[in-house]
Amino acid sequence: MAEAAESPGDRETVSPRPLFAGLSDISISQDIPIEGEITIPMRSRSREFDSSTLNESVRNTIMRDLKAVGKKFMYVLYPRKSNTLLRDWDLWGPLILCVTLALMLQRGSMDGEKDGGPQFAEVFVIVWFGAVTITLNSKLLGGNISFFQSLCVLGYCILPLTLAMLICRLVLLAEPGPVNFMVRLFVVIVMFAWSIAASTAFLADSQPPNRKALAVYPVFLFYFVISWMILTFTPQ
Amino acid sequence: MAAVDNLQFEEFGDAPTCLAANPEDTTISIEDPGETPKHLPGPARGSGREEDDELLGNDDSDKTELLAGQKKSSPFWTFEYYQTFFDVDTYQVFDRIKGSLLPIPGKNFVRLYIRSNPDLYGPFWICATLVFAIAISGNLSNFLIHLGEKTYHYVPEFRKVSIAATVIYAYAWLVPLALWGFLMWRNSKVMNIVSYSFLEIVCVYGYSLFIYIPTAILWIIPQKAVRWILVLIALGISGSVLAMTFWPAVREDNRRVSMATIVTIVMLHMLLSVGCLAYFFDAPEMDHLLTSTATSNQTVGAAKFS
Repeated sequence: MAEAAESPGDRETVSPRPLFAGLSDISISQDIPIEGEITIPMRSRSREFDSSTLNESVRNTIMRDLKAVGKKFMYVLYPRKSNTLLRDWDLWGPLILCVTLALMLQRGSMDGEKDGGPQFAEVFVIVWFGAVTITLNSKLLGGNISFFQSLCVLGYCILPLTLAMLICRLVLLAEPGPVNFMVRLFVVIVMFAWSIAASTAFLADSQPPNRKALAVYPVFLFYFVISWMILTFTPQ
Repeated sequence: MAAVDNLQFEEFGDAPTCLAANPEDTTISIEDPGETPKHLPGPARGSGREEDDELLGNDDSDKTELLAGQKKSSPFWTFEYYQTFFDVDTYQVFDRIKGSLLPIPGKNFVRLYIRSNPDLYGPFWICATLVFAIAISGNLSNFLIHLGEKTYHYVPEFRKVSIAATVIYAYAWLVPLALWGFLMWRNSKVMNIVSYSFLEIVCVYGYSLFIYIPTAILWIIPQKAVRWILVLIALGISGSVLAMTFWPAVREDNRRVSMATIVTIVMLHMLLSVGCLAYFFDAPEMDHLLTSTATSNQTVGAAKFS
């Protein structure tokens, strides 16, 4: 190949020449044109796409985000091996769930003197700092999941426990008693198991195999504490 | 090279055939590396060496100690530096927990289980579990004790979680810090054979708190005698693990100083457990007595009025 780059007049000689011998004879002369244009054919289309989301109505934007959140809720309720939750992570869903849970767990300010249940800020802090701690723990153990993906999964898997809170609040409207308590206990246990199953289905694959139990135990503790807060909720 | 079309790829064949064709060509040969180095024989497990092995740890402790010096080389502001403290597998954590539950005289917890790989996973999550175990068990036990009373309104007592967390994490980190400082100070005066790093001390303290998790759950039983027996059992087990770990570190010192150190360690441990029992768990029979006398006084007062 190097021999072909040399002056084409040498083609008729059959004797092999040493490689790269005539390279110093080459000069880029003015008769080889090296100007032109570079065009990216997709560019105009992407610019059109950008301006289209900027100009669309607010309702469309919100509906698109809500649909994404709703789709992820479905993935949590019926956990399958899928990467959607991990690939397109977002933190809207965890925020909605955390705020809903904290609002429902709050009891009002009349029993501020007594040592009551958790306040809104306490629930919020427990959920978010608990999720951050578990994520840091799994990353330190050598897991290959990103920080926000893990926060997203842990936040979305609170959904069964939020549903349990709703059901408990409805059950508490009936008369109190041991039957009431047994129903609430059963619902909380079922939803707790569902949360753990959903989150391990998403998170377990990202851990090294000999440390899976070490990474899953803090998730168990986290949802256990939230379940305890839900179960011990008593209206005044 | 033969005179072939210069743009075609050539098959060169084996090294021997090329050399046979053109003796002054140069060829490269790469041999399979697995065959030539001989397998190093594993360390001999003679019966006479077993005692040494047990005291010093397993047979690959030499290798791990050689490698340990090369481990922590990242600067402290990188993430990899902190990853070296979580370099444990599941079975290692279980082994360490088992070692803290079964103190065997003559076996040093640090030498046997930690062996220059102290981890922060165990201390951190055992303390977290203990915080919630104490808070939840205290809440449950109070609920069960006051179950029949009319005036009792159940509250989840969520504030106590933060108090428990402060106490337990302070104990698990400040006491090792003080102990490490004290041991360093004594090391400068008296030459000790055994010295522990700060993380190893934190590790021992963290794993020694594991026994309190089932103890806290069993403290729900509202019998005073049962609770105090549990305190003694837990203190015996974890106190002996701590004492056996730190005795070699102060052995060469002045007799009084070493005894005082060991006694202080055990006393602080006992203070923690008794304090948790007293603060988070209401006394079972006394409250019944108080409320029953209170209600009887009320009925007597009501009878006097009417």
